[in-house]
Amino acid sequence: MNYSIIRYIVGMTLILEGALMALSCIVAVIYGEPAFWALAVTVLACVVLGLLLRGKRPVNRVFFTREGFVAVALSWLAISVMGAVPFVLSGAIPDPVQALFEAVSGFTTTGASILSEVEPLPKSILFWRSFTHWIGGMGVLVFLLTLLPMSGGFHMSLMKAESPGPSVSRLVPKVQTTAKILYCIYVGMTVIEVCLLLLGRMPLFDALTLSFGTAGTGGFGVRNDSIASYSVYHQVVITIFMILFGVNFNAYFFILFHRAAAAFKMEEVRAYLGIILAAILIVTFNVWHYGLFGSLSKAFQQAAFQVASIITTTGYSTVDFNLWPEMSRTMLVMIMFIGACSGSTGGGIKVSRIVILFKTIRKEIWTYIHPDGVTKVRVDGKSVDHEVVRATNVFFAAYFAVFSISVLLLSIDNLDAVTNFTAVAATLNNIGPGLSLVGPSTNYSVYSSRSLLVMIFDMLAGRLELFPLLVLLARNTWKNF
Amino acid sequence: MRIIIIGCGKVGRTLAQQLSEENHDIVIVDTNSKKLQEFNEEVDAICVAGNGASISVLEEAGIDVADVLIAVTGSDELNLLCCLVARKVSQCRTIARVRNPVYQKDINFIKESMGISMIINPEYTTAKEIAMLLRFPSAIQIDTFAGGSVQIVKFKLLPEFGMSGQPMYKLADRLPKVLICAVERDEMIAIPRGDFVLQDNDLVSIVAAQEDCQRFFRDLGLSTRPVKNALIVGGGTLGYYLAQQLGESKIDVRIVERDRSRCELLCETLPAVSVINGDGSDRKILLQSGFLSAQAIVSLTPIDEENIFLAQFAKDRTKAKLVTKVNRLAFDSIIQKLDIGSVVYPKYITADNILQYVRAMQNEVGGSVQTLCHILDNRAEALEFSVKPDSLVANMTLAQLSRRLKKDLLVCSINHNGNVIIPKGQDSIQPGDTVIIVTTQKGLQDINDILAR
Repeated sequence: MNYSIIRYIVGMTLILEGALMALSCIVAVIYGEPAFWALAVTVLACVVLGLLLRGKRPVNRVFFTREGFVAVALSWLAISVMGAVPFVLSGAIPDPVQALFEAVSGFTTTGASILSEVEPLPKSILFWRSFTHWIGGMGVLVFLLTLLPMSGGFHMSLMKAESPGPSVSRLVPKVQTTAKILYCIYVGMTVIEVCLLLLGRMPLFDALTLSFGTAGTGGFGVRNDSIASYSVYHQVVITIFMILFGVNFNAYFFILFHRAAAAFKMEEVRAYLGIILAAILIVTFNVWHYGLFGSLSKAFQQAAFQVASIITTTGYSTVDFNLWPEMSRTMLVMIMFIGACSGSTGGGIKVSRIVILFKTIRKEIWTYIHPDGVTKVRVDGKSVDHEVVRATNVFFAAYFAVFSISVLLLSIDNLDAVTNFTAVAATLNNIGPGLSLVGPSTNYSVYSSRSLLVMIFDMLAGRLELFPLLVLLARNTWKNF
Repeated sequence: MRIIIIGCGKVGRTLAQQLSEENHDIVIVDTNSKKLQEFNEEVDAICVAGNGASISVLEEAGIDVADVLIAVTGSDELNLLCCLVARKVSQCRTIARVRNPVYQKDINFIKESMGISMIINPEYTTAKEIAMLLRFPSAIQIDTFAGGSVQIVKFKLLPEFGMSGQPMYKLADRLPKVLICAVERDEMIAIPRGDFVLQDNDLVSIVAAQEDCQRFFRDLGLSTRPVKNALIVGGGTLGYYLAQQLGESKIDVRIVERDRSRCELLCETLPAVSVINGDGSDRKILLQSGFLSAQAIVSLTPIDEENIFLAQFAKDRTKAKLVTKVNRLAFDSIIQKLDIGSVVYPKYITADNILQYVRAMQNEVGGSVQTLCHILDNRAEALEFSVKPDSLVANMTLAQLSRRLKKDLLVCSINHNGNVIIPKGQDSIQPGDTVIIVTTQKGLQDINDILAR
């Protein structure tokens, strides 16, 4: 294993984090808050630590998938720990484990919080909390890729480890250019959302933080009731942008480069929009039937917001859907697992994997009927590599192994099964609110520190799609031979 | 530029790696998706699985925006077909590898009638390279620049030259019009400065005009005449081309070939050559064929190991000039250490020739690299740049320039209106000149890149 290059990457990531955190310092200066010192000290610590770790540019350039996975996993741990420091230093969240939970929840774009009240917090700390969503959404190493000039397999290994989805595709031959294009789309869409929210007379601070939360599909709000007290216009804008950020970014690339037809032909995007539409309709009629909202249009608007928020794994809420009828609650839990498209900022299992899994089932049925038949799983008219199908199946297996072990570990705290089940679902899928005691109107402070650590692992595992973290824990990774 | 490479073999990979490092956008096409998968992890390029001669595959590879298509699959006919199809659906330039000697005669006809920009025959090109070495046997490697008037020649420093153990500035008087541009010692490669001390057995590369080079070697007491005879072991396509070219220079050629019918064919097509049917790894056959008295022994069998053994054996028994062909690239650093004289890699030669063409193409659209060659398995490069009037280095003297140069970089020669100058401090670079740079820094695109920032 090439330790020097991993050290170098982790160092660079910390320096980058320091630079990004400096923005929150500016916010602290604007609002004249004492939290400035907490942030400034952390920025300094990030940069110094980063410079120390980075050291000289490593001579040994050997870089394979293993190095990529370990570098990504360690970088994410490092930025999470440093990201939690301002919460502790500013006194916003004095308990270190809770602060780490909040930071990991931010970077992994989960949006699960241990805070019951966010309004008393300093604005700069709230800004940092939401900004971590934006950094984590597209990926901090992908951001690093746009800056670092490195050659060969280096880029691809990092990209593969951090980008969600069963297979990583290049938009253009150079991975670095691909990363740049992705970030341009990301920044562009964020700016558009901020503008649209400002048009509806939202304060700039709220518009920025909520846009960061939407773009990264995170879900930290700046008001105690999340999005409920904003106007309908704002809620609709946020609904639309949540759905847009859950779309595979390749689709935007196609649209930008005048191949819109290709974008609408993407099977994953069609399936994603189809699932959203179906879920919205089911939830709308269910809640309307039980008379929760007076009019059908109101029910539709609320159902759309909640469905979009959950399937894109954002986790904003406008109502306490914990109080909704059972069918709607079940529907929301189901779409938690499906998640957004691969190559988007969302979490979950990913629509493309679900598509592949269902097609594998269909293929299996077909081979029972025609035992000697030869058939292939096809997506977008092309047969999917056997390797990708296999990796998808293994992902599914690993996913449920991690899931069930986590539920078991949480049950030590002796809370009810729905709480434990949805808490793991909401953290492993990077959503945020679950049901029952961890519903939209409650928070994760009900859990002990030990359980919070389990969920910290789940959030990181979910964001990095399990294997980077599992590789990090494997004994063979650290053997020299 | 956007470049499509068809065929993910050794040459395809080497090309993709090199071109991608030079900041081109690479798309590589191959029918073997497993091979592509491996490749995808190594090199920054898009991989497309499929047959490169099919329009739909080419469209997926982005033929409509491509500048060059390079077809280097194992089959000549497929390579030509790829180029033909590509020409019909787009405006891109095409390069094909064609190795069958039957097509070699008609190569210009094929090129012109099919609108292909460059056809490369690896065996033919390698044979040319070997023939050059046999005409100047004291050199281990020869690269030519500025249309042949400047050479970079590599040779081994022997004790009898009396050059070792002294810093280079003391040698300056002994080296008029010649410049030592690179020294290889064990794993190290150095771009030497004035205080560099040479040692015995260093591999030294010098830059000089062709005639100065000859004189330099004569002064050292080395032969500058072509070999009188050559023993070629292995009568494949490469052996055939080599025998043909050596025959033109009146060198007495003898070929040892294992296959009887191949021998008969060689005998028919090359009447001046003596052909011996036998196994080149058989001692008796070798000794009978005049192994001990040959002035040059060229091992060209298809098996790398056999070639290397043969060269080792020859090194032990004879004083002949040795040339060894090696196909596999993976262990080239070890072969370098074996000290078996000149080693030629047809794969590198093919790739380098294609690279030169692509660079020249880029030159037309604004780049300025004219020629490039690798001195030691890719670790150092010699580049030839043309100097444009708006260049930062134009009208600078070398003394001014040397303070601003990057590390490990040497300005070796200036070609001013056809006069080759080995530059000293007061010489200056004029617009319109071409200069040769030797460096271990990678990825120089433009003459301005030689300056440190």
